[in-house]
Amino acid sequence: MSEKTKIKKTTLMLFFVTLLMFGFGYAMVPLYDVFCEITGLNGRTVNVVTENEKENIASDRIVRVQFDSNINGDLPWRMKAKQTTMHVQLGKFYEAVYTVENMYNGDVIGQAIPSVMPGEGSLYFKKSECFCFVNQLLEAGETKEMVVRFEVDKDLPENVDLLTLSYTFFRAKPDKS
Amino acid sequence: MSTLAHDHDHAPSGLKRWIYSTNHKDIGTLYLIFALTMFFVGGAMAMIIRAELFQPGLQFVDPQFYNSMVTVHALIMIFGAVMPAGVGLANWMIPLMIGAPDMALPRMNNMSFWILPFGFALLISTLFMEGGGPAGGWTMYPPLVLQTGDAFPFLIFAIHFLGISSIMGAINIIATVFNMRAPGMSLMQMPLFVWTWVITSFLLIAALPVLAGAVTMLLTDKYFGTSFFDAAGGGDPVMFQHIFWFFGHPEVYILALPAFGIISQVIPAFSRKPLFGYASMVYATASIAILSFVVWAHHMFTVGMPLKGELFFMYATMLIAVPTGVKVFNWMATMWRGAMTFETPMLFAIAFVILFTIGGFSGLMLGMAPVDFQYHDTYFVVAHFHYVLLTGAVFALMSAVYYWLPKWTGYMYDEKLGKIHFWLSTIAANVLFFPQHFLGLAGMPRRIPDYNIQFADFNMISSIGGFAYGLTQLLFVYIVIKCALGGKKAKDKAWEGARGLEWYVPSPAPHHTFETPPKLTKQMLEM
Repeated sequence: MSEKTKIKKTTLMLFFVTLLMFGFGYAMVPLYDVFCEITGLNGRTVNVVTENEKENIASDRIVRVQFDSNINGDLPWRMKAKQTTMHVQLGKFYEAVYTVENMYNGDVIGQAIPSVMPGEGSLYFKKSECFCFVNQLLEAGETKEMVVRFEVDKDLPENVDLLTLSYTFFRAKPDKS
Repeated sequence: MSTLAHDHDHAPSGLKRWIYSTNHKDIGTLYLIFALTMFFVGGAMAMIIRAELFQPGLQFVDPQFYNSMVTVHALIMIFGAVMPAGVGLANWMIPLMIGAPDMALPRMNNMSFWILPFGFALLISTLFMEGGGPAGGWTMYPPLVLQTGDAFPFLIFAIHFLGISSIMGAINIIATVFNMRAPGMSLMQMPLFVWTWVITSFLLIAALPVLAGAVTMLLTDKYFGTSFFDAAGGGDPVMFQHIFWFFGHPEVYILALPAFGIISQVIPAFSRKPLFGYASMVYATASIAILSFVVWAHHMFTVGMPLKGELFFMYATMLIAVPTGVKVFNWMATMWRGAMTFETPMLFAIAFVILFTIGGFSGLMLGMAPVDFQYHDTYFVVAHFHYVLLTGAVFALMSAVYYWLPKWTGYMYDEKLGKIHFWLSTIAANVLFFPQHFLGLAGMPRRIPDYNIQFADFNMISSIGGFAYGLTQLLFVYIVIKCALGGKKAKDKAWEGARGLEWYVPSPAPHHTFETPPKLTKQMLEM
């Protein structure tokens, strides 16, 4: 092989690696999501369950759940958890209620993003119903009670006895459809 | 090379020589001059920062402008000064060190240089735009960076330009080293500067495209409705930090490894001994490079990682101290019982070993997850990375310039002025950055234009050091210009103990060298 073809070969290969690494940057996005879902890192709770009375055998263990709420940036809303703490029995469904008020004199659509801490426990926090599943519309000055139905799975690790459920309301992104 | 149409031995003259140049020496010179210019532009910004911090309260600039100074200073120093200076040295010296007539891809070489002025024109122009320049820090964390005004797309495209330029430079270096070594020179006979640049090039190729991806995601998040980092749309701003630092940590070694290479050339020359532990140096460099891809999250210990993550990244970070320690040990062992002399390049090299190690130690402190919570985002971090980048990378570059200046210009520089430059720089840099350790430990945050009066004294000392360091660098420009214009003639082998092929070509190095590959003798291959 002449020097020129060898150089060409090396160059092409390296350009290919460059493209590959550019792709890897993007591949980190789904990988990160998968990683977070498997490990419960970052407190992401994507665990949605359907309630099935028969299968639910509650355990005796009782843990504490704290409720927290935040409003992001320029969203002119106010949000408060009706209950700050609940003692819940594992494997049993409970309802928590938030009061959300629109202080703006016009309709605003918001989207709540949940997070559960500690990350270790977030995998075991399961919701059957939540206002965070869809966008929420509040009319001018409207106050709404928003409900989340959840259970804490009975396989919750022994060392976790306190879970914090935190919601942050964002202004919903303009609908893409 | 057939791509070089002009085979006669004199350089084409005028502006066209520089704009159309495909000659590795000319392009190397362009890179070095560009880097020096950017060093002063970024330095001027640092002077504004230090002037504002001279006393508590707001004196000279408004906070928004202050923050854009901090941001742009970092981007310019990293992408405009240290990286191009390194690439410039690589262009100049690698073909000479491996006995090649030129770089493998001379036209791409030209392009990768000439992209830079355009990239920096974009970046610097943002300072004059509506809403000011980027002010969210060079790390560009969303959602803050998304609040940048008109400057935002310019910032992103400037980063793209700089990235493309560096990647092309890296591809060129690898293609050159792998295919154009003089017959008989094996990989393990290459000078260490060449080795460190090969490894750095791989880091560039692996890390910079990831940064390009990350900033593209920022761009589409802001303008095209994607939600990579927007929690409202199901994204996660912390993910940006992961992607950014996956690039950012290798980037640290992109800045540092060429410096290691330079020091490994200079110390043997002035110790008149072969480099101690050549093979271990190569392996240490490679292990640092590989490890640099698995430690990124030590930059983000405080984002709320689980304990296992903190521990993994902490231990992996500590592990890097081992190959780095091997290198420092080898440099000292090279000096041990050597017939040392202390010309300016050697002074800078020794200062590098000491001061870089101080920066390395504060890095170890920052790498410990439990204590990082105190140091995070304080001036302790600022002190740390300036010890490794200024008294580390920049000192090594200074050392390289003094070491090879006789080869480039054909004249010896003024040794007396060189020594004055060294001592003033070293004293000033320490007055500048050492107090910042104390400021950080006492809790002074980064990127804030005003501070509590308890920090006033150390900030004033630091600022005085800063002004002194800035002024001293004007002396450096004078020394370089003076040397380019004339002086004592340099011998082909300008330094008694210098080793390597570059000292077997005349001083100044003629426009074309090694057009026929050199016949290597045992002496030429000594390290």
